[in-house]
Amino acid sequence: MKRATIIKLKNVWKIYQMGDVEVKALRGLDLEVKDGEFVSVMGPSGSGKSTAVNMIGCLDIPTKGAIYLDGKNIAHLEESELAQIRGRRIGFIFQQFNLIPTLSAVENVTLPMMFQNKSTAEERRQRAEKLLTMVGLGDRLYHKPTELSGGQQQRVAIARSIANDPEVILADEPTGNLDSVTGKVVMDFLAELNEKEDKTIIMVTHDRYVAEHADRIEYLKDGVIVESKEKRKRMKRRFLNGRNHNLEVRKN
Amino acid sequence: MLFDQFRLAVDGLKRRRLRSWLTMLGIFIGIAAVVSLIGLGEGLRNAITSQFDFLSADILSVEAQGLALAGPPGTGTATPLTDDLAAKIEKVSGVEAAINRYMESGTLEFNDRQQIGIAISMPDGDHRRIIETMLNVEAEDGRLLKDGDKRKLVLGSRFGQDEMFGKGVKAGDRVLLSGISYEVVGIMKRKGNFFMDAAVLANENVMLDDFGDDGTVAIIGVKVKDPSEAGRIKEDIEKLLRKERDVKEGEEDFSVSSPEATLAQLNSTLFAVQLFVYIIAIISLLVGGIGIMNTMYTAVIERTKEIGVMKSIGAKNSSVFTLFFIESGLLGAVGGLIGIALGLIFAYGLAALGRAALGVGLIQAKVSLGLIIGALLFSFVIGTIAGVLPALQASKLQPVEALRSVK
Ligand SMILES: Nc1ncnc2c1ncn2[C@@H]1O[C@H](COP(=O)(O)OP(=O)(O)O)[C@@H](O)[C@H]1O
Ligand SMILES: [Mg+2]
Repeated sequence: MKRATIIKLKNVWKIYQMGDVEVKALRGLDLEVKDGEFVSVMGPSGSGKSTAVNMIGCLDIPTKGAIYLDGKNIAHLEESELAQIRGRRIGFIFQQFNLIPTLSAVENVTLPMMFQNKSTAEERRQRAEKLLTMVGLGDRLYHKPTELSGGQQQRVAIARSIANDPEVILADEPTGNLDSVTGKVVMDFLAELNEKEDKTIIMVTHDRYVAEHADRIEYLKDGVIVESKEKRKRMKRRFLNGRNHNLEVRKN
Repeated sequence: MLFDQFRLAVDGLKRRRLRSWLTMLGIFIGIAAVVSLIGLGEGLRNAITSQFDFLSADILSVEAQGLALAGPPGTGTATPLTDDLAAKIEKVSGVEAAINRYMESGTLEFNDRQQIGIAISMPDGDHRRIIETMLNVEAEDGRLLKDGDKRKLVLGSRFGQDEMFGKGVKAGDRVLLSGISYEVVGIMKRKGNFFMDAAVLANENVMLDDFGDDGTVAIIGVKVKDPSEAGRIKEDIEKLLRKERDVKEGEEDFSVSSPEATLAQLNSTLFAVQLFVYIIAIISLLVGGIGIMNTMYTAVIERTKEIGVMKSIGAKNSSVFTLFFIESGLLGAVGGLIGIALGLIFAYGLAALGRAALGVGLIQAKVSLGLIIGALLFSFVIGTIAGVLPALQASKLQPVEALRSVK
């Protein structure tokens, strides 16, 4: 099946001015991601991975170049339009989890829905509970982030990222702060979102094994893509079957 | 949406509980000062006005200087007014009646106990009606005096209570006024005016018989036909008395005062005091507002990362603004609520203490609903104004920059 292009970066530059020094974080980056694709971005620290992902997620704007989301150039939109895209079409997952510390898991997940202001408080709460149950936190609904382990916090963040049912999930080193076992659980949920919910996922990672879950791996160096590695779907299927078994065990 | 914002704002305040309380200190001291002092001032104003309510705009009173409350201290013995002046004053154009009024202080004895009583004379005929309306007296028990009553008294309301003699005086009881036995025919209704509530009314001719007539009077009460002419009539009477008493202008040994003028002067003094209080309170509230602003700036800096997170999950600048704005307004409003509670306690507590210490009902607090609502709104407005700039700063943060912040 031929998929449509959902994200396209064309000759994207990001230059930071640090006093007299210019830091060129991106130097003419080109990237294309198809709807429903799972792309891993790898590369040495400082190569511009986060910068690229933030730009796709409308958190930042490029110095030069074009970023198309569904064919629409978002490179020069106003903050209010960017906020709207972030809220409705993008889900973020960060290395630091970035949950609001004073809010319970459910409240953290309702927050993105609240900013869209399209549903009643009751509908939001129900959806948050459903999503949290889906990521295996049905018994931790009203815990505060400090009362949750790192892996659990990242699962709350996953639930939050899909609260408004976005097309694209951007994950910047989602397992970077987790040990390999809990990291694998988080990866399993991401893979499931890609496989079952057909979410487009762009994930930055340092971990070669984690990157293997993707359909494609892009290698970044000094702000440009230096290598691209396509994988076959079959491998992913096999991996998914194994994961489902793991999930059953983990929930108990 | 707004409710959720509200909930988030409360959350923000709770997480830095101590600082929130300290921040509100400025506001609630200011508001407590406003509420208690204005409340006491209003109470005092009411009390003073009630002392004066038996005097109306068409009444002037003439007194020898030195006897008057407002007389400068050390003016020495005043030359008393003589009882022939009333007839002369009555001839001044616009004067309806000039009435000699006698006052004698004496001991009032009942139930084997003694109290000080100020006897006030009641004239006969038409003048009686004028004085009764002037004093605005009504009988609570028994009746008021009428022409021809001999050795009969009407007593102020306090004498009807047990506190004065251990047992309240009732109509029909007999009391001794300076050793002479009188029948009490009535007790006056309470007026909330400590002078009138402790007064003793007696018919003029009875008083002159029993206490002696030396040809002098305490006050001459003047009723004018048209209150708008009171100012002109006052000047005419002054001119007449200067001639009668042979004094130069500026060296008068008497005063002609209208209660309105006296009340206006007292009111303006009170107003000055209140103005001073307002200024202190406003300074305190300003300081409180700056405190809130400072706290909100700190909060924005501390929560920079959170603001970034909120923006990354779709918060618009306006949502971030509202959040901090509400938080700041809440600091003001909660501070105001506590301030109002404290102010009420202060005002009513101080008034009660004052009454207990002085034994008179003059000191009273009166905190109106308008004052409470006004204070609450005002503190909320201070909070929101103080929050505008920090909230703007928060809302304008760049999402990536905010997310990169370590905090
Ligand atoms: N706000 C900024 N100001 C200055 N330099 C920045 C800023 N953000 C990123 N950089 C620089 O841009 C380069 C790319 O950063 P980043 O995208 O975070 O790399 P990665 O995620 O691949 O580690 C780095 O050299 C980094 O120091
Ligand atoms: Mg990075």
